[in-house]
Amino acid sequence: MINAWEVGTIVAIVAGVVGFLVVLRGDVFAAHAIPNGAFAGAAGASLVGLSPLLGLGLCSVTAALVISALRRHGQRDASTALVLVLTLASGAALLSQSTQLASSAYSLLFGEILGASATRVLPLLLLAVVVVGVVLLRWRAFVLSAVTPDLAMARGIHQGRLDASFLVVVALATTLTVPVVGALLVFSLMVGPAAAARLLVARPGRSLLVATATSLVVLWGALAAAYWTNWPVGFFVSVGSAGVYLIVRLITHSR
Amino acid sequence: MQPEILSVEHLTVALRGRVILDDVSFVIRRGEFTGLIGSNGVGKTTLLRALLGLESPHSGVITIDGAPRGRSHAAIGYVPQKIALDADVPLRVRDFVALGLDAERWGLPRRTAAHRARVREVLEAVGATHLADQRLSALSGGEQQRVFIAHALVRRPAILLLDEPLANLDPRNVQEIVALLHRLAREHDVAILLSAHEMNALLPVMDRVIYLTGGHCASGPTNEVVQTDVLSALYGHHVDVVQVHGRVFVIAEPNEATDNLPEHPTLTVH
Amino acid sequence: MHWLIAPGFFTSAPVHTALVLSAIAATVCAVVGVFTVLRGMAFAGHALTDVAATGGSGAVLVGASPLTGFLTGAVAGAGAVAVAGGRDARGRDVATGIVLSLATGLSALFLYLDATTSSATGVTQRVLFGSLFSADPSTVLPTLSVGLLALVVTGLTVRPLVLTSLSVELARARGIRVGLVNVVFLATMATAVGLSALVSGSLLSTALLIGPAVAAVRCTTRLSHALVVATALGVGCSWLGILLSYDSYNWMPNNQSLPVSFFVVVTVVLSYAICTWWGTRARRV
Repeated sequence: MINAWEVGTIVAIVAGVVGFLVVLRGDVFAAHAIPNGAFAGAAGASLVGLSPLLGLGLCSVTAALVISALRRHGQRDASTALVLVLTLASGAALLSQSTQLASSAYSLLFGEILGASATRVLPLLLLAVVVVGVVLLRWRAFVLSAVTPDLAMARGIHQGRLDASFLVVVALATTLTVPVVGALLVFSLMVGPAAAARLLVARPGRSLLVATATSLVVLWGALAAAYWTNWPVGFFVSVGSAGVYLIVRLITHSR
Repeated sequence: MQPEILSVEHLTVALRGRVILDDVSFVIRRGEFTGLIGSNGVGKTTLLRALLGLESPHSGVITIDGAPRGRSHAAIGYVPQKIALDADVPLRVRDFVALGLDAERWGLPRRTAAHRARVREVLEAVGATHLADQRLSALSGGEQQRVFIAHALVRRPAILLLDEPLANLDPRNVQEIVALLHRLAREHDVAILLSAHEMNALLPVMDRVIYLTGGHCASGPTNEVVQTDVLSALYGHHVDVVQVHGRVFVIAEPNEATDNLPEHPTLTVH
Repeated sequence: MHWLIAPGFFTSAPVHTALVLSAIAATVCAVVGVFTVLRGMAFAGHALTDVAATGGSGAVLVGASPLTGFLTGAVAGAGAVAVAGGRDARGRDVATGIVLSLATGLSALFLYLDATTSSATGVTQRVLFGSLFSADPSTVLPTLSVGLLALVVTGLTVRPLVLTSLSVELARARGIRVGLVNVVFLATMATAVGLSALVSGSLLSTALLIGPAVAAVRCTTRLSHALVVATALGVGCSWLGILLSYDSYNWMPNNQSLPVSFFVVVTVVLSYAICTWWGTRARRV
């Protein structure tokens, strides 16, 4: 059980950090769509006996690079959405081929407390360090290009490559968070706390801290509630995130 | 004297607590070319929207073709300022113009030979016959504008309202559109009311001007309105009206908004 | 013909039901989808499918029919989208997304409760990815009625719908009640999504709504042509999907056929790729 808390903490921090970027760039689509690719990867890996996490990671990074390439060549969201529905459908096809896969499908999509307990901490921690490291390393570039893209270009920041690295970061974060929260609800953990933080605090640095802290609170609460009721972690995460966001929205609205 | 088709009396419009138009009155007659001139932000779009029934006036009367301003009038054709067209819209130019005949009607559209003939007629009038079967989204800015004018004209309105049609065009296109509108006014007996922040391109064709500033307006024949005494009274302080080589410049005080500074082609800062 | 159409295809009753249901759903989706694409509401359309899932999973819990569940969910989603503001803008995307992930969270809970309280197996799969062959034949009539209603409403409002998609200002100047048109259209979108979820499950229903429509729009210049092409593509892909799924029973080593939704999505994406290529070629010439 302690394992679940450790894993949960790592997941929450990564989700908060990456979620901050997602909300900053307003790139809701990526956070919503990349986990789709992750699902198919996990299903496929499971079927052939590989570690689901590996399949998850490979598939979501590939999805991220494909989306980035499509975006650079002017393809619209509709075409990207169709490609991602295709990966989901592939996951569905894989699912239909194995009954044991079917039972793990639910936890892949929505997260499970057992999933959190079973994950090994060390590889997760390493991946988390990489993700957070990349974000902090390119912090100024990310913030600048989100807030004033023209200025960023003038400073020599290559938009295409930055976009690709952003999407890969989202993909890696997805890999971390899916086992705990589930593919369909990763979005919720990333975006809810970050959006709430953004409403409260304007300065990027502080906003990042608030987003991460909120994400931790939401995930801890979700883990506790899931442990107690045996209901899916993802459910509590989505309720928690939405709740936090709506409350903050109401507070700031009435100011 | 041509008959009145649009009459505005003592119109006052307020938005979000601010008075934008204060006691504005003017008349537009059949076949006249009128320019609504004023700097950016002065209330030209608000006035046009009020004429279209999209803003409720605080007070004042708007009369269109003898009837008070109602829900919508077939007598008014409207060309909005900016249309953002998605490259994916599957609509031909002739279909879009035909839509102008009955866009607000429910039910499946039925196009008769008379409809098709009218569409052909109006496309010819604006010089867009060669574009008839092209996708709406494949047109250039100038071409799109002609098509939107055709769309507005297809119901034979008595007056055509255009919101800043010249704002984003290069000088050659400006000349062409102004000439087109002038021809439409003369040959098809349509009154033209267009808003602009600079009147020099319109001087050769403009019959009357409605000069708007600070919520007030002065209207009448161009050469009567654009005079030092009239505009000074309108601005509430002294302004100079300078005529150089057939171009007119209104020079307000230096501490006025930049938009009121004279626009000389080589000095204009965009 | 046996290698293409497995034996028993034309005589199988579940196949008949599947063909009819999918034809209805595909037609409605194609027609509504073209206008969805026209109005740039693809994200809203996608969002509606998430809420449809909540409805579908909730329906299993209370014993209602999947169609009722999906439709209720989609309509509730349409209400939420209408409140969040209709057209997309950055901040509104975030807000809509959060409310809809809440719906997904609820789906998670309902599906969990479904699995633990009822003896039904594979509920998750059915709701999310569809199970067309096990559809109840008695749903054909209600599906047809709802579908026809959506088509009639779209037909009645086509002119205001097109103008409001092009320019809200122009539409208002013509006296068109833009808000009403938006609400009516959202309702038809919800219907299309609900029907599509029945065929492919909620997660993949976006494909049937957006795919044929985007493909048709890319390779036609007239609205009427776009509608016809989208419908042909939609029905064609759905039927092909049903056929391939039926056939796949014999392909797989363990005799587990691949889901209809998988084939529908694949054929839709392929037809989209072909139509886009065709469209760009035609325009270059």
